Amino acid sequence: MSKIDIRVGVDIGGTFTDVALRHPGGLSTCKVLTNYSQPEQAILDGIVKAADQASIALGDIRQVIHGTTLVTNSLIERRGAKTAFITTEGFRDVIEMRSENRFEQYDLNLNLPKPLVPRQDRFTLNERMGPDGKVLLALDLSEVNAMVDTIKAGGFEAVAIGLMHAYANDAHEVAMGEALSKAMPNLSISLSSVISPQMRELPRFNTVIANAYVQPQVADYLGRLVARLRDTGVTAPVFMLHSGGGLISVETAAEQPVRLLESGPAGGAIFAADFARAHGLDKVLGFDMGGTTAKICLIEDGAPKTANTFEVARTYRFKKGSGMTVSTPVVEMVEIGAGGGSIASLDSMGRLQVGPRSAASEPGPACYGRGGTEPTVTDANLLLGRLDPNNFAGGAIPLQIAESEKAATKLNLSARDAAFGITELVDENMANAARVHTVENGRDIEHFTMIAFGGGAPLHACRQCEKLGIKALIIPPGAGVGSAIGFLKAPFSFEATRGLFQRLDDFDAGALNAALIEMEAEARAFVDEGAKGAETEIRLSAQMRYSGQGWEIPVVLPHKQFEDSDVSLILSAFEDAYCTLFGRIIDGLAVEITNWLLTVSTVLPDTEPVVGYKNGSDANVAQTREFFDAALRKSVAAREVERSSMTPGKAVEGPAIIVESETSTVVTSGYRAVGQGDGSLLLLAKEA
Amino acid sequence: MGASDIDHQIMWNRLIAVVEEQATTLIRTAFSTSVREAGDLSAGLFDREGRMIAQAVTGTPGHVNAMAESVTHFAAQIGPQNTFDGDVFITNDPWLGTGHLHDITVVTPVFRKGAHIGYFACTAHVVDIGGRGFGPDGNEVFEEGLLIPITKFAERGQVQPLLIEMIRANVRTPDQTVGDMYSLATCNEAGDRRLQAMMDEFGIDDLQSLSDFVIETSRKATLEAISKVPSGTYHETMQVDGYDAPVHMEVTLSVDGDQLLADFAGTSGMSRFGVNCPEVYTRAYACYALKCAIAPEVPNNTGSLEPFRITAPEGCILAAKRPAPVSVRHVMGHLVPDVVLGALHKAMPDTVPAEGASALWNIQISARASDPESGLPNREVLMFNSGGTGARPGFDGLSATAFPSGVSTMSVEATEHVGPITVWRKDLREGSGGAGALRGGLGQTIEIEPREGYDFYFNAMFDRVDNPARGRNGGLAGGAGAVELADGTKLRSKGRQLVKNGQRLRLSLPGGGGYGAPEQRNRDAVAGDVAAGFITAEQAKQDYGFEG
Repeated sequence: MSKIDIRVGVDIGGTFTDVALRHPGGLSTCKVLTNYSQPEQAILDGIVKAADQASIALGDIRQVIHGTTLVTNSLIERRGAKTAFITTEGFRDVIEMRSENRFEQYDLNLNLPKPLVPRQDRFTLNERMGPDGKVLLALDLSEVNAMVDTIKAGGFEAVAIGLMHAYANDAHEVAMGEALSKAMPNLSISLSSVISPQMRELPRFNTVIANAYVQPQVADYLGRLVARLRDTGVTAPVFMLHSGGGLISVETAAEQPVRLLESGPAGGAIFAADFARAHGLDKVLGFDMGGTTAKICLIEDGAPKTANTFEVARTYRFKKGSGMTVSTPVVEMVEIGAGGGSIASLDSMGRLQVGPRSAASEPGPACYGRGGTEPTVTDANLLLGRLDPNNFAGGAIPLQIAESEKAATKLNLSARDAAFGITELVDENMANAARVHTVENGRDIEHFTMIAFGGGAPLHACRQCEKLGIKALIIPPGAGVGSAIGFLKAPFSFEATRGLFQRLDDFDAGALNAALIEMEAEARAFVDEGAKGAETEIRLSAQMRYSGQGWEIPVVLPHKQFEDSDVSLILSAFEDAYCTLFGRIIDGLAVEITNWLLTVSTVLPDTEPVVGYKNGSDANVAQTREFFDAALRKSVAAREVERSSMTPGKAVEGPAIIVESETSTVVTSGYRAVGQGDGSLLLLAKEA
Repeated sequence: MGASDIDHQIMWNRLIAVVEEQATTLIRTAFSTSVREAGDLSAGLFDREGRMIAQAVTGTPGHVNAMAESVTHFAAQIGPQNTFDGDVFITNDPWLGTGHLHDITVVTPVFRKGAHIGYFACTAHVVDIGGRGFGPDGNEVFEEGLLIPITKFAERGQVQPLLIEMIRANVRTPDQTVGDMYSLATCNEAGDRRLQAMMDEFGIDDLQSLSDFVIETSRKATLEAISKVPSGTYHETMQVDGYDAPVHMEVTLSVDGDQLLADFAGTSGMSRFGVNCPEVYTRAYACYALKCAIAPEVPNNTGSLEPFRITAPEGCILAAKRPAPVSVRHVMGHLVPDVVLGALHKAMPDTVPAEGASALWNIQISARASDPESGLPNREVLMFNSGGTGARPGFDGLSATAFPSGVSTMSVEATEHVGPITVWRKDLREGSGGAGALRGGLGQTIEIEPREGYDFYFNAMFDRVDNPARGRNGGLAGGAGAVELADGTKLRSKGRQLVKNGQRLRLSLPGGGGYGAPEQRNRDAVAGDVAAGFITAEQAKQDYGFEG
């Protein structure tokens, strides 16, 4: 085997740093505790540990692929640089006024999140571009110079520049940026026309500010990481997984860290997508459940669905609107406050509620015996017989049923009723979120296969499928370090975006082609940093709408040299997409394009098809144990099977529990589980 | 609570998800800007008796309670003997629906195993309904557009062709208006599919026991919350600008144990213009305000809404009689919570906010070529804008944020692509937050100029220009609104006016009132406000006695 095959993926999460090392002998994985003050230390420890396990010399590693939640945490915890924002006069408060609405209608004491840059650090220039990029008010050089002095005097570490309509003409942003960098060569400067050149000032300004705010810290961290790796003997280049699910160089990441916001979760989606391809599934719902939140994403034709804007750092019970909208490519995920640590309580009407408050890992669920007294989802799973108290986390944490019982009875119910109520409600909340997400995408959830990963998912996935009418469920192996494994499966990719507003009845192919050439060159340069000479593909989409509508839909188009006569091709692609989402088209209305998105991506190697089994011979049953089957509303005698005995072609009929050191897979009475060729479990509805 | 209650609770959660899905379907298919941007819609499930069981949480309180009442009118007028599987009912009667002709309410009976078990209902604001178009200038409802009485949009699955033809022939945007009616029907169908799946899963064939559980649990919780309000009679008055004459609003809140009544007796009579509110709309906003302060956690349904009894004498501006014009009833409606909360403040001190800008400063701009011969096309632009909210007992008011409405603003860059205007300014209006221990939210300043080759007309319907939002407990009033040209020329705050090429319209949106005496404001907070430029150093000195 050539050395090229040795690659290591590292995911820094809130609690653990996960490492997955792919080598000629297979895959070595390990988890080490995240080191908050020196995150790179945990990475080194993990890599050394995994390399030892695999008997690999550090110098033989050919690529290090990294993803991290540190960027998001730095935004949430407001630990970024002292940042100034320079904008157009009259628009100083865009980021403070937000969308002028309240995300919760009935809370009189609602507070909105504070802007990252306070008002006194937001400065304005008398200048203005029009929507078509024409200069309405020219930038005065003396104002530029005065602004340089202001920034100098303010002692800022980073500056974000976001001017109105800069996506259509970046001249003023560039002039201001150049003046600043000339005067202060070490100042971190981010331009909105570089970071997110798209129409709509609020998300564009948020994005460029978020980038500037985290940039010095992230650049510093990545610099330290590369140096420490080299010192330790890992001389391989480092690449980062961006939120859109592709790899970029560590240098690009240091300049555009806002592209890393969702890098960890994106790794999970890539992990699931890889299994989708290997199992030949074109419609997949990825379901990831951890300690605090659950995430849901759609994976179609082997690729996670991506979006162009998302909300980061939600401040109010994960509620839509309570965070900060940024526009940068992202794997589209719905996140809700439902995890093993989610706490159950009674509301003012005596109704049971679960989450989004979480006991997290400290003090953890009551059954951990570390001082937690409130009932959590994990306590409920224990009470219902879905977890083995002596074999949780491989026996590392002995679970105390008595503590769970004590906590559960606080809900004015018998311990078992409470436990049933808690798990059923959390399953209901997750299933509802999944259903809404598929409806919003114009999809019919019954036709999807679920791929479940993350510590909590195997306990809850089968019940989710029952509720959603999903007939097939895959639990891949290695799901505990799914994101890190996913990093190894990601292509090199970069998405370039452009705001180029055109009505179809006024379509200008020349202007579009010029923009596409620029975008391709931009994206290709980034991809070449990691994969020069590799086979690539280009994906092009336009954001389109009927004139008069407020929001666009993404429309996939062929990448080509456009001609004016291509209007009909673009229109019919729009109508197809519109029809999929909304079930009909509207005759007689003008159609317009707002933004273009072009992705250059390396082509993924074909996955080895998995030998699939729909039936099999009976797996060895270790013992029988009782668990509560929610659909039947009663306790049933379940077969307990070791995951290691679910070899390819071994099957067990539900009700069953398949146990392994990190988690357990619940197979409800309506399903059976069959071991697959790649070590996955396939759960199939018996009636299907 | 026992295990069967858990099932009821799970189904209750599911019903809320069902109506949210119903609403999402509508938002994503509607043509109307205000549905999409402002969530100006409502969706809910009702039992066979027309009692609302669940409702989606959407942008506008105005629909919430109004739609809850409307289904009983449908049930009564059409009658069980004429209700068939596949029927779809419709109306836009302001007095039976949600207060003006632009709101279409569609009700779809739900059948299961041949039995009629309930209704899905939804409401949305359509782009156009004929007549004069959206604006206050009509003097009778007949001028405001087409009124569709309670009737069948479809019977046993067959859409009534005559009705569609009538509507198409009477509106400016037939495709979009009729399209939105189909969207409404579609969203009820989506709800029906999910409800049926839930009933399959739980093995039930009617909604009665679930409906009783939801409504009685909610009623009990609401009554308990009301009984915590000290019994007594509380009175409040408030003057607002109105359209052609100032409007005096008056409310008496009587609380006796768990009984509550808000009575608007004493309120001004109707206007000749379309700012009148049908009583149903007044009830919606009054109830919303009371619910926010008294029982915010209880989900909306008949059980949580009915305990708030609200009445206004017929013929006052808050209980307009047919055939009064009611097109822009939202302006008065949005101000109703301020007077209601003022009365409640006397019963429950330190609970409710000071008065705010409250009524939205929506602006409809009609851009016209300065030279009609130039061939430049007409363009229409709609912007939603909000002033400041009142300070709360524990927090400052929210700047440039809608309350009680829940609408969102649009991107200026996107707006400038829609029409030939330049928005030179849309930022916080310094010094406009009412001074107080807790400061009122700031209003905003907006400056708009027609682009080359164009003039524009705008339809002013702005309140709190002559009557700013009052503070509470010693807090000062928020800044009054102003409508002028950038050169200082005063314009009227009501009615259609022209801004010529080269001129710049400046709107100064009102701020919210302050809460508590300004001298008691935390000194660091005053210093912070000066540093951020929310107030000037002079105001700090004058209003807050702060020398820095």
